[in-house]
Amino acid sequence: MSVSPLPSRPRVGVLAVQGAFREHQAMLSAAGADAVLVRTPAALSDIAGLVVPGGESTTLRIVAGDSGLLEAIRAARAGGMPMLGTCAGLIALADGIADGDTPLVGGLDVTVARNAYGSQVASFEAMVDVLGFGDGPCEGVFIRAPRIIRTGPAVEVLASFQGDPVVVRQDGLLGVAFHPELTDDSRFHRWLVERARRYAAGRTNQTMEDSRVRA
Amino acid sequence: MTDESANGRTGTMRVKTGHAQMLQGGVIMDVTTPEQAKIAEDAGACAVMALERIPADIRADGGVARMSDPEMIRGIVEAVSIPVMAKCRIGHFVEAQILEALQIDYIDESEVLTPADEANHIDKHRFTIPFVCGATDLGEALRRIGEGAAMIRSKGEAGTGNVVEAVRHMRTILGEIRRLTVLSEDERPAAAKHLRAPLDLVNWVADHGKLPVVLFTAGGIATPADAALMMQLGADGVFVGSGIYKSQDPAARARAIVEATTHFQDPEVLARVSTGLKGAMPGIEMDALVGGELLQSRGW
Repeated sequence: MSVSPLPSRPRVGVLAVQGAFREHQAMLSAAGADAVLVRTPAALSDIAGLVVPGGESTTLRIVAGDSGLLEAIRAARAGGMPMLGTCAGLIALADGIADGDTPLVGGLDVTVARNAYGSQVASFEAMVDVLGFGDGPCEGVFIRAPRIIRTGPAVEVLASFQGDPVVVRQDGLLGVAFHPELTDDSRFHRWLVERARRYAAGRTNQTMEDSRVRA
Repeated sequence: MTDESANGRTGTMRVKTGHAQMLQGGVIMDVTTPEQAKIAEDAGACAVMALERIPADIRADGGVARMSDPEMIRGIVEAVSIPVMAKCRIGHFVEAQILEALQIDYIDESEVLTPADEANHIDKHRFTIPFVCGATDLGEALRRIGEGAAMIRSKGEAGTGNVVEAVRHMRTILGEIRRLTVLSEDERPAAAKHLRAPLDLVNWVADHGKLPVVLFTAGGIATPADAALMMQLGADGVFVGSGIYKSQDPAARARAIVEATTHFQDPEVLARVSTGLKGAMPGIEMDALVGGELLQSRGW
C-alpha cells in the first residue's frame, strides 16, 4: 500500500471577522501555505488548518456567533483540525474565561483573564524564550493581552513571561498571548502549516511531527 | 514615548500601530453615555469613542466643543470590555495628557472639536498612549504620522450623514499612494515637496504601496451600504457616530453596520442586513454648508 505524498502547500484559513487577519495571511503564505480568509461556515470545509487572529473577542463572539461560524469552528476543532490562536484568538480557544463568559471555541484546557495587563498604555514588547520551537528567543508584542491564569494537566507550557504562561499547546491547538504576526518571526505559523500538511494528508503521527518541529 | 523596564518596553511605535491593526475590519462607534457604550458593544463594535455630544449635535448647537468630562469617560470605561477612545482638541496637548492619565486606549486628535492651536498639532511621539488623526489627503496623513499618529482616518464631514466627503478623501489618499509607487526614486523628493510630507515617509509609502499605519474611514457613514462602500474602496475599518444615533433604531442599525463591515464583499449579506431598518439619519447636502461650517478644513 503506497502512502500519498504530503500536499506541498496546504490550504490554511484565517478567521476574518475582525482583527489582524491580513497580517496572518501574509505570514502563512510566506510559511508555505495557500492562505485564505474565512468568513462563512462553508469556507471551513476545504481548509486543513485555521488561525484565529487577534482582534476584539467580544466582536468575534457576536459576529461569528450569530452566523453559525463559531459552531462550525468548534466542529472542525473536534474533528482534529489544527489551530493557532493569538491574543483574542487564544481567548477563543480557551476552555475558561475568568469573568465567567462562556467559551467561544474552546479545546485548550486553560483559563484566561481578558485585558489582564491593563489598558493600551500598559501594552508592551519583551523578549520571550520559547521551548521546543528553535530559533532562540522571540519578540513578544503584547497588546491589551490576555493572561493565562490556569493550565490543565494536558497543556504544555512552551513559554512564560514573569511567571505567567504566554505560549501553550495541547495536541493540535497552539495558543499565543502575544502577536507574532506583527514581527518577522514565523515559527508559530510554520508549525501550523506543518500540522495542516499532515492533517490534509490524513496522517497525524504525533511523534514524527514533534521531532521535526524540534529539529 | 518609550519606557523601558523589567516589565518590557511600553509605548513603542509597534505597540501603538499594532493596536490599530487589531481593530481592522471593525466598527468604532461614537458614544456619549455608558448605556450607549453597552449598545455599541452588544452590536459588535470593536471599540467606542467617548465624547460629550455626537458631531450632528455639535454642529447644531454651535459653541466651543471640548474634551469630555473625565467622569463620563470613566463611566464608559467601566461599562465595556472593548477599547475606549476619546477626543481631544487639535493641538491641545494638556487635554491629551489628561486622557492618557485616565488610562483609556486611544486618543483622537479631532477636527470635530474646536481646534486649540491653529498652527501646531500635538507632538504625539511624547505620549505612551497612541493617537488617531484625521486626513483629507496623503500629505496630511503623512504629516500626522510624522508627528507620531499610529492610525489615520479619512476625515469625511462628520455629523452630516452624507458619505460623499469620506469617499472623496479615501479616493484621494489611496490614489495619491498609487501615484507615488510609479515614480522613479529621483522624482520622490519633488513629490514630497508637493505633498508637504516628510521624505522618509514618502519613500516608505512609494516602496510599500500603502500607509505605514492602519487607514480607517470616518465622517458621514449612515447605512450598511455606506460602510461596505468605504471598505471596498480600501478602508481598513469604519468610524460611525451620528449615523447611528440620529437614526430611528440605533441598536439595529449599529448591528447592521458591523455585519456590513465584516461582509463588505458579499452583496447577499449586504441586502439582508439593509432590509427592514427603520429610517436613516436625514442627512445634510454639502451645498447647504457654507465654508466656515466644514469641520474637515480644521487642521492642516
